[in-house]
Amino acid sequence: MSMPIATTQPVERETYLNAKYGVWSWLLTTDHKRIALLYLISITFFFFIGGFFALLIRLELLTPAGDLVQADTYNKLFTMHGMVMIFFFLIPSIPAVLGNFLVPLMIGAKDLAFPRINLLSWYLYIIAGLMMLHCMLTGGVDTGWTFYAPLSTNFTNTKIVEAGLAIFISGFSSILTGLNFVVTIHRMRAPGLTWSRLPLFIWAHYATSIIQLLGTPVVAVTIVLVAAERALHLGIFDPKLGGDPVLFQHLFWFYSHPAVYIMILPSMGVISEVIACFSRKRIFGYHFVAFSSIAIAVFGFLVWAHHMFVAGISVYAALVFSFLSYAVAVPSAIKVFNWTATLYKGSIHYDAPMLYAFGFLGLFSVGGLTGLFLAALGINVHVTDTYFVVAHFHYIMVGGALMGYLGGLHFWWPKISGRLYPEGWARLAALVVFIGFNLTFFPQFLLGYMGMPRRYYDYSHMPEFQILNVLSTAGATVLGVGYLLPMVYFLWSMRYGKPAPDNPWNAAGLEWKTASPPPTFNFDEEPVVTWEAYNYEELDAPPRTQEVPVGR
Amino acid sequence: MASRVDALYIFLLIVTGMMALLVFVLVIFFAARFRHRPGVLAEQIEGSKPLEITWSTIPFLVFMVIFAWGAVVYFKERTPPSDATEVYVVAKQWMWKLEHAEGQREINELHVPVGRDVKLIMTSQDVIHSFYIPAFRIKQDVLPGRYTVEWFRATKPGTYHLFCAEYCGTQHSGMVGSIVVLEPAQYEAWMSGGSTGPLSATGEKVFAELGCSTCHRTDAQGRGPNLQGIFGKPVQLEDGRTVTADENYVRECILDPGAKRVKGFQPIMPTFQGLVSEEQVNALVAYIKSLSAVKPGASAESNKATARTAAPPVPPTRDHAQSGLQSKIEPDAKLNGSQVQ
Repeated sequence: MSMPIATTQPVERETYLNAKYGVWSWLLTTDHKRIALLYLISITFFFFIGGFFALLIRLELLTPAGDLVQADTYNKLFTMHGMVMIFFFLIPSIPAVLGNFLVPLMIGAKDLAFPRINLLSWYLYIIAGLMMLHCMLTGGVDTGWTFYAPLSTNFTNTKIVEAGLAIFISGFSSILTGLNFVVTIHRMRAPGLTWSRLPLFIWAHYATSIIQLLGTPVVAVTIVLVAAERALHLGIFDPKLGGDPVLFQHLFWFYSHPAVYIMILPSMGVISEVIACFSRKRIFGYHFVAFSSIAIAVFGFLVWAHHMFVAGISVYAALVFSFLSYAVAVPSAIKVFNWTATLYKGSIHYDAPMLYAFGFLGLFSVGGLTGLFLAALGINVHVTDTYFVVAHFHYIMVGGALMGYLGGLHFWWPKISGRLYPEGWARLAALVVFIGFNLTFFPQFLLGYMGMPRRYYDYSHMPEFQILNVLSTAGATVLGVGYLLPMVYFLWSMRYGKPAPDNPWNAAGLEWKTASPPPTFNFDEEPVVTWEAYNYEELDAPPRTQEVPVGR
Repeated sequence: MASRVDALYIFLLIVTGMMALLVFVLVIFFAARFRHRPGVLAEQIEGSKPLEITWSTIPFLVFMVIFAWGAVVYFKERTPPSDATEVYVVAKQWMWKLEHAEGQREINELHVPVGRDVKLIMTSQDVIHSFYIPAFRIKQDVLPGRYTVEWFRATKPGTYHLFCAEYCGTQHSGMVGSIVVLEPAQYEAWMSGGSTGPLSATGEKVFAELGCSTCHRTDAQGRGPNLQGIFGKPVQLEDGRTVTADENYVRECILDPGAKRVKGFQPIMPTFQGLVSEEQVNALVAYIKSLSAVKPGASAESNKATARTAAPPVPPTRDHAQSGLQSKIEPDAKLNGSQVQ
């Protein structure tokens, strides 16, 4: 079973990891794989900061009275939790780590189209991250991650401009990553790798990149307007000067709704790869799954005002946005049905990445279906700005995006690190995450329908909400353990894990046709693609030359 | 209202429950039935266009039912009956100030009679708040610089939570209160005390104190428009547009008189921005409204105006479609509408 690395080579093979040593060989690298690792380390750091804030929030809500922290501190905690998790973890998560590592590998390229711009995007991210850290350590922001005017422009005395600038800069990092992917996918595919032979992971990243390119500038402009309003009292959002606070919400959600798709689409790409591999099948309805990503990217730009049904928009506008929100739900439903159909007559393995994919299917479905509640105008009025919304978007972003990220990290870990992770622990962690997640967020749906508003630090007027809050907090601690486990065994495996073979899952895709970990320029010779995507039939065709090692 | 929302909610629970169940059962069944067995290979299936069309169309049709149902409930929620009792709400960090049309003032508490429609005309002194009564399933953001409205009819006496649902700063979670629903007799008893006279009377006083009456005379000789009977009627503007004189228009005329100047009048009115409190603006609005209240002689016409403006805004009529102006939409819809021109 054990396949020690480099069995055929007398000396240690050169990989991207050991090609050069020293801090500068990392900090000045233009290798997309090394930059992916830089991102991995940085976003993991921010993930645990954001998670720490989440834990404090949950602890505060354990009791109805506001007793653990002060009101202002609590408000800063949920604001910083949102900002850190969205702008510094979820948005870069899969694209900047797995996408960065895999896009060139999957299309048979040596690197991204603009390696230096790729490094620049990481530096921008780090500058933005340091600013955000500085902002948090010197007072933070208390407006919620949504920055609603005129609270953010005329009232709060916290560090809006600094936090805004950090997000502004991180936005450029995101734009540059998107730009790099679009150009790379268009221009650098290996001979024979036509669009309809591309892995669905690439399609998902292509759709994501389009949103990053077209959406992010709008939030940048919005932030500039907020800063200008604060500094110069321009009266863009301030009604006393003829401005309109609702305009802010339009501008903000024009980016921030599509941003949800920046977070979830790459995860859908991961799930397509994982389900295909562990069912040993081509994805059912490949073209529908591919084009549904593009459809989501396009429709995603047309539904922003569904965050504003009670904000003071006209009833007719609300009607249009409600309709369009149902339209955008269709491509997501298509994906779920196709993944389910892929399992049919498959040969299903239950390795950890697949467990995460199962988890994704369940949690994303719940998140998507509760979205139908929120898109229904009459119900939205009741549940918007309550815990129902909180539960809904955590099912999408944590149950969906984060499960996909973890599943992907496990799936490609042997390729990234050259080591196998401990399968038993990984399955256990997947189970703990799934249980902890549901325990944390399912009670919040109930709380929301009962009427508990979001962003309440003290609910001593309504002690009837306590029991569900206690459940939620209990779940959060389980979830916390579930997230710490992979952190520990991934680090452990880097030193003690079994060396990974080139293709431990016997998976399709060009990234598995090079060594684990890959050499600096990915392929010893440029691959030529003569097969369709997900050619599991050929890979599994007897006589099998290689047993599938599942590394447990 | 609560029962309407709950009915749709239960329908959605059943529909989405069935969808979820379908997916979960299939996933679990396939995962068990087609688990890897040595020697058994997966069967490659390319896909199926008929299936794809089926599972795109059926959910879409179901979504359309939910959409339509949700829209109907929403229009009900957003269309206050024309004869509703009016309460003015001023939100501020972190308190609700309420004033009944009859003049009673309350803070963080609203007393209403059971079985009567209550319309809230709301504005904020500072940031955005949101007036949320979970038991009635209604919520509406309260904005600075304009009015938004919401309405309800309580069906059972009791005390219900009132929450601020739009995050508004430090004591957001302290911006809570209660809606006290009383039996009609109890309500009459409650109403008999504490009033300083009807809100419109206060408004009349403010109108006189601020010297509004020097220009806004009751004859045709004033330098400003005669305000008798204008409320709820269309107004010709200097720039050629027509707007309806609703609460938001009156409010805007007081605070930003130049924005929508009435045809035939000079831009001589100064702004009262910063000179009047939100409560005074409310009183002025109530007073100007009272000038159009049903009076002998004027009744037929003003009734017609009320009836027209309060018609439920079911699908957009040609009237709306043709008008590029938000202001031409029925006032109730418009109250929720953005005022950006």
